[in-house]
Amino acid sequence: MIEFERVHKTYKVGGREITALEPCDLQIPQGQIFGLIGHSGAGKSTLLRLINRLEEPSGGRILVDGIDVTALPAKGLRQFRQKLGMIFQHFNLLSSKTVADNVAMPLKLAGEHTAAEIRTRVAMLLARVGLSDHADKYPAQLSGGQKQRVGIARALATSPKILLCDEATSALDPQTTAQVLQLLNELNRELNLTIVLITHEMDVIRRVCDQVAVMDAGQIVEQGPVAEVFLHPKHPTTRRFVFEAEQLDENEMANDFAQVQGRIVRLTFQGQATYAPLLGQIARQSGVDYSILGGRIDHIRDVPYGQLTLSLVGGDADAALAQLKAADVTVEVLRA
Amino acid sequence: MNYFTNVDWYDIWMATLDTLLMLGGSLFFTVLLGLPLGVLLFMTGPKQMFERKGLYALLSFCVNVLRSLPFIILLIVMIPLTLLITGTSLGVAGAIPPLVAGATPFFARLVETALREVDRGIIEATQAMGASTRQIIVSALLPEARPGIIAAITVTAITLVSYTAMAGVVGAGGLGDLAIRYGYQRFQTDVMLVTVVLLLILVQILQSLGDRLVVHYSRK
Ligand SMILES: Nc1ncnc2c1ncn2[C@@H]1O[C@H](COP(=O)(O)OP(=O)(O)OP(=O)(O)O)[C@@H](O)[C@H]1O
Ligand SMILES: [Mg+2]
Repeated sequence: MIEFERVHKTYKVGGREITALEPCDLQIPQGQIFGLIGHSGAGKSTLLRLINRLEEPSGGRILVDGIDVTALPAKGLRQFRQKLGMIFQHFNLLSSKTVADNVAMPLKLAGEHTAAEIRTRVAMLLARVGLSDHADKYPAQLSGGQKQRVGIARALATSPKILLCDEATSALDPQTTAQVLQLLNELNRELNLTIVLITHEMDVIRRVCDQVAVMDAGQIVEQGPVAEVFLHPKHPTTRRFVFEAEQLDENEMANDFAQVQGRIVRLTFQGQATYAPLLGQIARQSGVDYSILGGRIDHIRDVPYGQLTLSLVGGDADAALAQLKAADVTVEVLRA
Repeated sequence: MNYFTNVDWYDIWMATLDTLLMLGGSLFFTVLLGLPLGVLLFMTGPKQMFERKGLYALLSFCVNVLRSLPFIILLIVMIPLTLLITGTSLGVAGAIPPLVAGATPFFARLVETALREVDRGIIEATQAMGASTRQIIVSALLPEARPGIIAAITVTAITLVSYTAMAGVVGAGGLGDLAIRYGYQRFQTDVMLVTVVLLLILVQILQSLGDRLVVHYSRK
């Protein structure tokens, strides 16, 4: 469990103060994948780096499993950091060390293990991330995706309960991104690992996160379960991210709506409702005709969802909507 | 051997030995002192882990003073100090302290530059692992900067070779001294030629050895 209590951060640059993080309260429960999304300069990295005090907070308290991180002395901080993994956009592997030596590094620094123990643990970690054959290579000989998997193995070497990821997939192509996200997903389940993940792609959030916080200008402007935030975005920044991910355009949509008659509704199906043949059934019973204006069927983490925008003509539309609501479909009326 | 009538091969051999002794001894102490000084310069420098504006300015100033002094002046100014350290201001032993004093600031600057080339992200990742400052230097900074530091040692060694030529002033001998005394002052062109060729060979060996090590340790 990571807790922020009125944590804020200002940088002094040439006499001027820049607020990177406004006073912030936040709770990240153990075992969750928590996403942080925001535009460049929103303060995501600042927030993340406060957790392991790569940045010193200007005020407030940060508690990790009840320990006040902000009050730790130098030695305590080092021990705390040893129990916390971190991966980076540009991997930050040591180019002078082999893959195996990179992964062994946190264990050697901790100085609590014999050489044999370290060898066994490194072999196990490399096997887990699928890089056993690359143990003796140097980072320069690996692809981006492989480097990030070395980064993950290194971050997990000391069996941390928390993994911090600063844009871990931003330098990777879509397919490699998917593989790395899949690995994070699995590790989260296997190890009950808390993962705090920064991204500027809503799609990354949708695929792996349980909770998401949207940041804008040093503030968390919206926060909640991913399904809630993704399917019913409220803040303009969130809406922009979702629309970007869905490749939608608000102006185009308004144009489309002007072309059709009747009521316009947006239906959101989640879980089992996604697969049920509800729409046809209810339309037949209520005598409502519908046309589909847009929509998408996909998954949020691994819960299926469908979101359809329909126009309804004729019949008993109120009855139809009531029936949909009764079947756990979220109904939003976009035009009455 | 008609062309080399003035060349006394025994003298040449002794001079070569002197040069190698001066080079080896001064390079050893230069690295021993210059490496920590370079690390200190880097760590206390602007925006670094141990930023200390005052200390950095002071160190930087001392380094600049020593570097701006012509070596020949340093050689003479150092005589009292050399006497104190080695008990003599003459010969190979007398030449080593001024050589070290001349080369250490130069080498320290090169080390500082090599350390600055290390990606900040790597230092950060090492910090995030919970490394102490000493561990960051030993386990991350120095290994990552190794090719740069080896290149710095190479350049310093070659600079020391040319400094040793001037060490004749304190009677240290060596190939450079031979070239100046016989070749230049007595117009014995053949002696000059032989010593210059030997110095050239020495520089070539140092450079290619250094280059090879740099390539070996560059995993990029
Ligand atoms: N070391 C620093 N010194 C001064 N200002 C900083 C420093 N680090 C960050 N900032 C400022 O703080 C604000 C937040 O930066 P931060 O790096 O947290 O943004 P971010 O959301 O991670 O952006 P990006 O997506 O580009 O990585 C920015 O305005 C940035 O300029
Ligand atoms: Mg960032």
